[in-house]
Amino acid sequence: MTLEILPQASPHIRHGSNIGQPLTRRDGVLKVTGRARYAADNHPPGMLYAVLAVSSIARGRVKSLNVEAAKSHKGVVDVMTSVNRPKLAQDPDEKSNPFMFRLDLLQNDRVRYANQPIAVVIAESLEAATEGAALLAPQYEAEPARVGLDGAESFVPPGVGVGGPAEIRKGDVEAGLDAATKRIDATYETPSQYHNAMEPHAIVAAWDGDRLSIDTPSQGLAMARGRIAGLFGLSPENIHIRSPFLGGGFGSKGLISGPQILGVLAAKLVGRPVKLVLRRDQMYGPVGHRPPTRQRLRIGVDGEGRLTALDHRAKTASSTFDDFFEAAADISHTLYASPAIATSHEAVRIDIGTPLFMRAPGEATGSIALESAIDEAAAACGLDPLAFRVRNYAEVEPISGKPFSSKALRECYAQGAERFGWARRPLAPRQMRDKDGFLVGWGVGTATFPALMFHAEARAIIRRDGTGLVESGAHDMGQGAWTALAQIAADGLALDLDQIEFRAGSSDLPDAGIAGGSAHTATAGMAIHSAGADAIAKLAELATRDERSPLYGAGNAGLVARNGRLRRRDDESRSESYAEILARAGLGEIEGRGASAADPAAQSTYAMHAHGAVFAEVKVDPDLGQIRATRLVGAFAAGRVINPRLVRSQYHGGMIWGVSFALNEQAIIDRRSGRVMNADLAEYHVPVNADIVSIEALLVHEDDPYVNALGVKGVGEIGVTGAAGAVANAVWHATGMRVRRFPIKLEDVLTPAG
Amino acid sequence: MNTFDYVRPSTVPDAVAAAAAPGSAYLASGTNLLDLMKVGVARPDRLVDITHIAGLDRIERLPDGGLRIGALVRNADLAHDPDFARSYPAVAEALLSGASAQLRNAATIGGNLLQRPRCAYFYDPFSACNKRAPGSGCDALHGENRLHAVLGWSPSCIAVHPSDFCVPLIALDAFVEIEGRNGRREISLDALHLLPGDTPERETALEPGDLIVALRLPARAAVFAGHARYLKLRERTSYAFAVVSAAAALEMEDGAIRQARLALGGVAAKPWRARAAEESLAGERPGEAIFRRAAEAALADAKPSGDNAFKIELARRIVVRALALAAAGTPARLPALPGSPFSSAPGALHDA
Repeated sequence: MTLEILPQASPHIRHGSNIGQPLTRRDGVLKVTGRARYAADNHPPGMLYAVLAVSSIARGRVKSLNVEAAKSHKGVVDVMTSVNRPKLAQDPDEKSNPFMFRLDLLQNDRVRYANQPIAVVIAESLEAATEGAALLAPQYEAEPARVGLDGAESFVPPGVGVGGPAEIRKGDVEAGLDAATKRIDATYETPSQYHNAMEPHAIVAAWDGDRLSIDTPSQGLAMARGRIAGLFGLSPENIHIRSPFLGGGFGSKGLISGPQILGVLAAKLVGRPVKLVLRRDQMYGPVGHRPPTRQRLRIGVDGEGRLTALDHRAKTASSTFDDFFEAAADISHTLYASPAIATSHEAVRIDIGTPLFMRAPGEATGSIALESAIDEAAAACGLDPLAFRVRNYAEVEPISGKPFSSKALRECYAQGAERFGWARRPLAPRQMRDKDGFLVGWGVGTATFPALMFHAEARAIIRRDGTGLVESGAHDMGQGAWTALAQIAADGLALDLDQIEFRAGSSDLPDAGIAGGSAHTATAGMAIHSAGADAIAKLAELATRDERSPLYGAGNAGLVARNGRLRRRDDESRSESYAEILARAGLGEIEGRGASAADPAAQSTYAMHAHGAVFAEVKVDPDLGQIRATRLVGAFAAGRVINPRLVRSQYHGGMIWGVSFALNEQAIIDRRSGRVMNADLAEYHVPVNADIVSIEALLVHEDDPYVNALGVKGVGEIGVTGAAGAVANAVWHATGMRVRRFPIKLEDVLTPAG
Repeated sequence: MNTFDYVRPSTVPDAVAAAAAPGSAYLASGTNLLDLMKVGVARPDRLVDITHIAGLDRIERLPDGGLRIGALVRNADLAHDPDFARSYPAVAEALLSGASAQLRNAATIGGNLLQRPRCAYFYDPFSACNKRAPGSGCDALHGENRLHAVLGWSPSCIAVHPSDFCVPLIALDAFVEIEGRNGRREISLDALHLLPGDTPERETALEPGDLIVALRLPARAAVFAGHARYLKLRERTSYAFAVVSAAAALEMEDGAIRQARLALGGVAAKPWRARAAEESLAGERPGEAIFRRAAEAALADAKPSGDNAFKIELARRIVVRALALAAAGTPARLPALPGSPFSSAPGALHDA
């Protein structure tokens, strides 16, 4: 897939390298004019529409479905149930690696969560399929649903997050608490949150014999292809997935979901192309979510305001049939220095879809609790919460003792505080009022997210005319990969952005890994940059070995590539263009390959994290409890910035999610049925424009020679962390009321009547 | 697909005749009805599209000084009509505090009066709901009911009426013109919406075929123009239904309240007129104590229907605030955040 309709001529004026330029999205015009083709925009000839029927109970079995009624409805072509679903080569309940999650693909009549797919109706029109699904009128044998964090027996999970241990300790927490002069022991609760990307999961699938053609949004094309290949017993080469644009991913499109596979199955059943798009309410179950947590934090502080112990215990929930355990307590490993740290997790299995990755999984959930508790500890000591954080600054990673590969958090604190005006903050809560009498509060939170690297590959070609072609199956979820990765690609080939064609978003391109873990720019970017370097090295080899070249004999190390020419480092007047070198060699093009992976040596030596400081102002109506986050300033250090405009946008989005976490977002789950009762955008509240009054992200300079050669850390998720706690702490500072159950509601901050 | 008849009459009598058949529903912009049809809560056999009937989209000043608003006038158009906003500022503020800009551009006045409740259990065909399926029970009663009714509810139904618009309207004695099988009649808006009692499925006084053709505001309602506000608490600054809301309107004379109007939203199955509170204010000078007394009177009969006791005190407080804001005077310009406590002009009381 290439972005052929992208204008190749760029309106941007380039100064120096492409990396670092605040270019606007290259796909922006396509998107605002409606010409960007998303998965569900594809309508191959003969395509049918598939609609899911989903369970309205959380636990039990489907006794009956009125398939006849659905099938006799005009326009309905077929109904797929557990009886006639095409055979799979692999049991959807099989799990051979931790990144393989069990899928509900009509393998039996069991219902294990509400909104679980129980049938698929395929019809000539969306309307006919929708009505057909309604006519199925399922009858259930319902069993009592297990709901909430107290809904089942608690246990210690075998691992949390992506295979981390459930319990980690360093030092003696109890001794540290005993030795403390001030202690905090507080319990915080976070709700279930569900994915609501603007684009719901969608798939258009078409079979041609044993070849499969798919349009579907994916944050991980190669993994999706591999999963489908395994389930259907196909060779991965026979599957082509196109995913040029995602209308938001946030982790929900990292692994291909059950409903997407059902679209492929439906196409196989009817022998025609099929489109299946989830309805908004069908997102609340089969595509992952952020599970609820209850987190107890105990903090000890000595007379100097230094931590003596940090104990973070998290309880979370997972499904009854798979293992994903939100690693909420792990955030306490990295942020604050303490001689004793313990983190532990316990969990319940309840009747929900398996929770999965949701922007900053674990980090966001843990951050709001840790940052609230740190704030409570600062208040108990009578210390300014920023000064308290600085006093407990971790010079090395607390849990491991490793040095940080880079850490400009102190600068983040300083620059953010300066910009925000933190120095004018009164220490005590409920001291500030605006001219209209609203309570005003200021809060701070520390942001952090690991700097990860996965494996990716890329190909770079220098063409006969001296232009470049760079290919990697990367993913643009809206974050701007089409632009940022093209900037890296252009620099890799030492060409201007206008001189390269960048191809991404398709599974027939080199594997770009997964756009997750805030690692895509680093991972795909490194592969892309290396591929460019490889192509140039091959070109240099041609030139330096050719005695007709002015570069003859210079040796690779003696050359530098710049603006489409190779030049002698010691005499830049001696140079030759890429086109000239290829022409003399009689080559149509030259190809370089690149790959990237984390460097195990650097990883074992250094702790690698991005950091930031978020400052928030809230106003609260003292009588009515109405809360508004009126000002946000975040200062972030995440290594090298490829495109400051896009990076700021990522930080803004993350910080807004932080506001949402603190004040808005919550799945309301019926305590009896276990069903989500607000599964729509009107009632599942996230901030609207009017909720975000002023938001600013500062990019703090940070050079990191260890994370990767580009020096890039991730920016996609860190904004959620820190921000949620900052808002919650600002609410306390405004009102003097410490709310420990999120989101904070207006009744939580009402001044008692009197 | 689920097929139904779609008819598009061009006159009111044709519409009434078409809609009198059982299973019919009027369609204007459909901002509520189409949602209900999509989730399967409403399954009309016949949609009677009234948007092609001429003459229902006018705002007219009547000879007696009152205002007549056609049922098809759009929410946004009415709110931004300068004459209307000047005469009935609290109504304009309520309109602009509701839904989103996109919905306000589409939604009609008549449809707004007839919004269905937003109770999640009503919206969910798989829950028990006496309103949707009489006799099936009420899953809201012991369910997730933090935002449900505290006034006028019955064990059969604890849903609240969602409209912002209706709250100041009911305070200002608005009435509706209805065209039915037996001709035209007028009823007060207060009589349009019914409390649930044992028949929550019956939400209004309308008979089959009845079409609201216009809304009228009496001339005397304009005497409150200088001291009228609508205030709404919600879970985000825009695009959220009221947790509680209040419309307050005062006629001031020599620094005293000559007469007061007060209504609450988000507390009952209908917009809630607080007549006892109004009476307690007449002749008094505005002040916190008087307002608090009025608030106590307004909520005297309130009782929680579930996890929502906080709404009672919150409703009292919003009454006090709305009255204080009204006493301070209608702002010269409609606030940037209509209905929000954060829209307040200097001079309003904010001290707890």
